[in-house]
Amino acid sequence: MTAADVLKQVLPKHAEPEHDPASPLSVHDMTVAYQHKPVLWDVDFAVRPGRLIGIVGPNGAGKSTLLKACLDLVPRASGSVCIYGKAYRKQRRLVGYVPQRESVDWDFPTNVLDVVTMGRYGRMAWCLPPRRRDREAALHALEQVGMADYAHRQISRLSGGQQQRVFLARALVQDAQLYLMDEPFAGVDAATEQAIITLLRALQQRGRTMLIVHHDLQSVPEYFDDVILLNMRVVACGPTRDIFTPENLQKTYGGRLTLLDQAAEAMARQGRQ
Amino acid sequence: MSATRTNSPIRAAFDRKRAVWAALFLYAIMLAYPSISFSQNETATQLKPATWPTRAQIVRVVTMRDQNTWIVVAGTTMLGLAAGIIGTFAYLRKRALMGDALSHATLPGIAIVFLLVGAKNAPQLLLGGAATGVLGILCVLGIRASTRTKEDAAIGIVLSVFFAAGMALFSVVQTQPTGEQAGLHSYIYGQAAAMSKADMQRIAFVAGLVVLCVAVLYKEFHVVCFDRAFAASQGVSVTMVDLLMMMLVVFTTVIGLYAVGLIMIVALLIIPPAAARFWTDSLTLMTVLAGVFGAISGVLGAMVSALFKDMPAGALIVISAGAVFVVSMLAAPKRGVIAQALRHTNLSRTVARQNLLRAFAEIEEREGEGATVSYQALRGERGWSQHALNKAIAKARRALLVTGDEQGGFRLSTPGRKAAREVLRNHRLWELFLIRYADIAPSHVDRDADEIEHFLGPEVVAELERALEERRRIPASPHTTVTEAGA
Repeated sequence: MTAADVLKQVLPKHAEPEHDPASPLSVHDMTVAYQHKPVLWDVDFAVRPGRLIGIVGPNGAGKSTLLKACLDLVPRASGSVCIYGKAYRKQRRLVGYVPQRESVDWDFPTNVLDVVTMGRYGRMAWCLPPRRRDREAALHALEQVGMADYAHRQISRLSGGQQQRVFLARALVQDAQLYLMDEPFAGVDAATEQAIITLLRALQQRGRTMLIVHHDLQSVPEYFDDVILLNMRVVACGPTRDIFTPENLQKTYGGRLTLLDQAAEAMARQGRQ
Repeated sequence: MSATRTNSPIRAAFDRKRAVWAALFLYAIMLAYPSISFSQNETATQLKPATWPTRAQIVRVVTMRDQNTWIVVAGTTMLGLAAGIIGTFAYLRKRALMGDALSHATLPGIAIVFLLVGAKNAPQLLLGGAATGVLGILCVLGIRASTRTKEDAAIGIVLSVFFAAGMALFSVVQTQPTGEQAGLHSYIYGQAAAMSKADMQRIAFVAGLVVLCVAVLYKEFHVVCFDRAFAASQGVSVTMVDLLMMMLVVFTTVIGLYAVGLIMIVALLIIPPAAARFWTDSLTLMTVLAGVFGAISGVLGAMVSALFKDMPAGALIVISAGAVFVVSMLAAPKRGVIAQALRHTNLSRTVARQNLLRAFAEIEEREGEGATVSYQALRGERGWSQHALNKAIAKARRALLVTGDEQGGFRLSTPGRKAAREVLRNHRLWELFLIRYADIAPSHVDRDADEIEHFLGPEVVAELERALEERRRIPASPHTTVTEAGA
């Protein structure tokens, strides 16, 4: 019996929880365990529509796992996840996912346009090849991220920032309401970072909600409306201005001084704004 | 951009419709071939020369005038095709070695079915093999998922233990009265030459199934191999696609046991895709090429084995595949070893020539146009070895960029001067750019610019000109070269 099964029995059974249909993503008492090690404990939050939300926490805090558990990619030991009040499998088309860039083999024999077209697979029938309009949609998404010139380039010949833009385009082409992005700013150059944040703001203008795993504490107050501080459990969540405080960061990161220094700096900058 | 689109001559020749028609045409020929070619009145010659075959024998084998030759060639060709195609996806899914565990794990199944049924009935033996083969895969996946043992170790464990169990059971088979003649060893080493028409038809069926499944589910196979998590988020049932892919690998492996043998069958799953990867960056083309390479290996192996007595077809098929791989590895246009070595040589030649020209240009800048430059002055200009400098000078003289000799000193020719100024200008532009925009100290900028300037294309140079508002003249050096010259 795995730890997950044990937890299932030990944890109290909840009645069908109340989920707000207006909330793009509500997570209720979710616990996730990998084999013998619990990764997330009793995670409970609901996000408000049209917000840019950062998920922040130390390495191994379960940030990526949180996204994956919301997408049914890893099994939940307990708890529930609702997308606009319904189970994920019924709302799949409303959710776009941007995995970590390192999660795929970039030497795979395929080109940029083919990768972006994958974002349309969810609305295409099984067994049918992509049609012209799918490719056109993919090309349009590439234009939005400034990569249209690279449509036919082999993906191994892209820089890290370009790879990230391709992944973003693949999510854009899906035209989802809620986007879950795993470290879209990791390993990209400053120009790409600016381009991405501009794009995210534009999506926000169109009413999309975005949950973004982020590792650079300094830019948190600048980028995100709301923040979820995560370290195996939700330490705090809510508007960045209220939640992103040195005390909460201390709780999230423990006594790691360098990180606190960074955070203090970020605090100072937030005060100046 | 345009270079990637017109990928290679292969892509130019490739057209989906044409390919489908060509495949159907070949298939029809293969089916119709017996009625055209078999010599009805001659009995199939058992003659297998121990020496080099005569020309008549070669013609006889190549035109497949014996039905047996045709069966073997058709069977191994379609086996190679199927294995190459499904192997492409196993390879990209990083599951290629799983095929090895699978094939070795078929052995106990074959032995058990023989002991239970007691007959040499191929379909039943193959089913038994498939059963323990799948069990072997499940063991690998189970060990990997529930323990900290890594996949390569899990494959090694399952492969050897199942194979050992099979060998132990085989010793029991040998004690049976019918055991000796059962020919079960064919499944270990393969015996394509003894392939029956029914064997060949089974291979044809599996090959058809593989081609059909891959054609129909191409999009799903593509996305699952590339990015499983994203595939799942798109509602693609990753488990189902994986399962189907694995089942096709199982079918292909099991059906190929009798022809190639369980030790070597994995070669047909791995080598053709690995060879095909050298030639193309497109998954479609890679799949087709892997199928073609597998088929070629099958044809070659079967035909050579028909020409030489006691040459096992399985081994020859794998050797042929290996030959295809070596040729691909060496000769492929972009990823091949030779192409890469040539690119590297060309690049270092360009760098050496540009370095020499820049040294001339910098000396001319100090001493006036048309100055005679001594060998010693050139040596002092950069930290290059005597050998490298001699080589660069020799090359430049042959290209008529530089005139003169060691005694009288060297001079730039008119085209040489033009090229040298271009090189110097790019170098200076890049230096200025680094100082102004990348915050690099002027004392370090020479070395940094030195690395990159050789790779500046015309667009980048134009971009630099815009950024630095420099027009046609050569900007002055932003740092003193005295330290260099004095050192």
